[in-house]
Amino acid sequence: MKEFAALFTAIDQTTKTTLKTKALAAFFEIASDPDKLWCIALFSGRRPKRAVTTTQLRAWAAEQAGVPLWLLEDSYPIVGDLAETIALILPPASRQSDLSLTHWIEILRGLHDVDEETRKEQIFDAWDQLDPTERFLFNKLITGGFRIGVSQKLMTRALAQATQQDEAVLAHKLMGGWTPETTTYHDLIEADDASADESRPYPFYLAYQLEGDVAELGSHKDWQAEWKWDGIRGQLILRGGSHHLWSRGEELITDRFPEFARAVDFLPDGTVLDGEIVTWDGQQPMGFSTLQPRIGRKIVPKKLLRDAPVIMLVYDLLEHRGQDMRPVPLGDRRKVFETLLTTLPDDAPVRPSPAIRFDDWKMLADVRSQAREEKAEGIMLKRLDAPYKSGRKKGDWWKWKLDPLTIDAVMIYAQQGHGRRATLFTDYTFAVWNGNDLVPFTKAYSGLTDAEFGQITAWVRKNTLQRFGPVRQVRPEHVFEIAFEGIQASPRHKSGIALRFPRMARWRHDKSAQEANTLDDLKVMLDQYG
Amino acid sequence: MTEPVLSFTDRGIYCAAGDFYIDPWRPVDRALITHGHADHARPGHARYLSTSAALPVMKHRLGDIRSEAVEFGETRRIGDASVSFHPAGHLPGSAQIRVEVGGEVWVASGDYKTEPDGFCEPFEPVPCHAFITECTFGLPVFNWAAQKTVANEINAWWAQNAASGRASILGAYSLGKAQRLLHMIDSGIGPILTHGAVEATNVVLRAQGYNLPETVQVTAELDPKDYPGALIVAPPSALGSKWASRFGPSSSAFASGWMRLRGVRRRRAMDRGFVVSDHADWRGLLTAIKETGADRIFTTHGYTEIFARYLSEKGYDATVVPTEFGSMEEETGEEPGAQNG
Ligand SMILES: [Zn+2]
Ligand SMILES: [Zn+2]
Repeated sequence: MKEFAALFTAIDQTTKTTLKTKALAAFFEIASDPDKLWCIALFSGRRPKRAVTTTQLRAWAAEQAGVPLWLLEDSYPIVGDLAETIALILPPASRQSDLSLTHWIEILRGLHDVDEETRKEQIFDAWDQLDPTERFLFNKLITGGFRIGVSQKLMTRALAQATQQDEAVLAHKLMGGWTPETTTYHDLIEADDASADESRPYPFYLAYQLEGDVAELGSHKDWQAEWKWDGIRGQLILRGGSHHLWSRGEELITDRFPEFARAVDFLPDGTVLDGEIVTWDGQQPMGFSTLQPRIGRKIVPKKLLRDAPVIMLVYDLLEHRGQDMRPVPLGDRRKVFETLLTTLPDDAPVRPSPAIRFDDWKMLADVRSQAREEKAEGIMLKRLDAPYKSGRKKGDWWKWKLDPLTIDAVMIYAQQGHGRRATLFTDYTFAVWNGNDLVPFTKAYSGLTDAEFGQITAWVRKNTLQRFGPVRQVRPEHVFEIAFEGIQASPRHKSGIALRFPRMARWRHDKSAQEANTLDDLKVMLDQYG
Repeated sequence: MTEPVLSFTDRGIYCAAGDFYIDPWRPVDRALITHGHADHARPGHARYLSTSAALPVMKHRLGDIRSEAVEFGETRRIGDASVSFHPAGHLPGSAQIRVEVGGEVWVASGDYKTEPDGFCEPFEPVPCHAFITECTFGLPVFNWAAQKTVANEINAWWAQNAASGRASILGAYSLGKAQRLLHMIDSGIGPILTHGAVEATNVVLRAQGYNLPETVQVTAELDPKDYPGALIVAPPSALGSKWASRFGPSSSAFASGWMRLRGVRRRRAMDRGFVVSDHADWRGLLTAIKETGADRIFTTHGYTEIFARYLSEKGYDATVVPTEFGSMEEETGEEPGAQNG
């Protein structure tokens, strides 16, 4: 556990990706095979099956620390993490040990087969011989959620460095339903995998936001315009008779979207498409909120597949009949994939994302203003004679997004931030007027400067009307401009609406609470853009 | 019912028998000050009374004030009250204030730390009937390692930076924390440079006879290349600023009790966070309260409600000092714990 704790400390002490990768690679070079396998498992979202509930864990920690349970519960929101709260609250260990990560995971797995009293004894025994960092990690293994600033991609890169293997090949090896119980480090990582090459994606070409006047791009005739859909950018690869789907974060997400398994029935082998994965009602995208439940799911329940079916709206063709199409000018690439896709039946999981016709920039600006009605975020501008480049490059591709929607709202609840903002009130609930009542409609916790958060924190302490656990109801006095990207009807919310990406655009010192917007204003927006 | 020895008003802790305030936060005629931090020693009072050891720093901060000083343990009669100051172990000259009226004793702790740091006058428990205690770190998750342990961590960090040609920039509040750090580290590792704000306090404390290692103030003319492997002690606001960029490749660290929390540590985006506090930790608070023998406890400064609830369950008559009174700038300032956590 010492090596793994040292790895964690090294990762936790830096924000630099290169240093994190280096620390991970160093771990992969010295750790035992079982420890390596568990490290890979933990950083790819796998963890030992939970043998102890967090309720039990809290009670046992309070008992061992000699404090009442409520005191542990009250400390938790201030620390921001249960595993850490427990690690900090326990008395210092009375012994030292240097048992491996795998040993402690085996102990946790063994807990399934013993009675509750024995479980408790074994947890106490572990706590009593681990130092604070090891204890934190041990608790994390129990509570789950191993999010410590290492993505699967970063872990894969480090593993690639340590094993001298190609990163994309490793990414392919790491996908699927393996667990450390069902495989070994050798079988998973070291053995050859012939199909890995076939899944390899091309690097994505990413655009910058257009800042200046669109007319500065020159003649509109040199440009193609298309909707910038609000979904997940993806790359669909059809090679060797099977399919692979990559996200823009270069994560392999094939299993999450089984709809694309049928693509091989419609398209020739050796096809690679770049497009947007969206939920589709048969006519148009259903909105990002319907896609959201599918993003985190590795196994998709049938009902969700029915309620939120996806397709890919295709922006580009990167490979055609096994040939790299990227050097070919966009205009020509589009002709090829339009021919390929327009003849497909309606139930095919891929469709071309249409090019927008426009006679001049003015006309395009008018079209763009209807993006929300089209369920798009804005417009993409691409130079017709440009090749498909890799990475984020200026010049040939531009995002021309809509300005966010805004509404002025009154802050009515405040809560201390978690983790890094544990000592400040940073999480607020906002309300709009409905007659003489304030109706809460959104939370927001970003967009202000540290100085502003400090100011509000001091104000909150003096203007608390009531407390509900960690939440404070405050005097309805301060108005904030809330910016957001979209609005949807939501029966689950008291206000009947839900916002997408709400954040505080600015603190409206110039407005009194009475001058904030109303629920009717929000409903008008919902009718227009929902 | 007789008047309580001390009461809580919108100006601060008030003693009716002696007609004076302790650490008042609005201008009053007579102010007794526990120590020189900004949230305790405020400008604008007509008369100040503090320990002689705390006074130079107060004068440095507040300018030309009308002040009187007493020694630790010396008793003063003010009206019908007997008043004395006792070491709080928070920073040089910092005191708890004992007030006795008609045989009843109340103590206002100010800020305090129970572990002796070998630098300032060590905390002394003062027997009393009622104790007004701070609880900046009044949660069981806040427990400090021994000073020696943290000193070793800081020394190791500095030595390692020096060996690999990096400067070590250590952020700490310029009044109290910075000097305690200077005193606890191994000054043999390399040269020590200070930010002007830190050095200004160093000058005041050295003149009082407090023992600090040799330091060089960073000025516009100073060439950092002349001081390879240096430790630079600066207020937190200077870290990551243009001021700090002059030292070339460097590692930055921050010393505060808040560094105990991973979330706060990460928020500061420093290379290292050292858990060094001039406030009592959870165990320190509980021990201090027990040693006063007081039945009545008032909590202020920090996690007042949680702490008071816990003390009540332990059998104390514990009350939160009313919030409109307890100004908590230290805790709520824009940099959590940046001041004297
Ligand atoms: Zn203080
Ligand atoms: Zn204070």
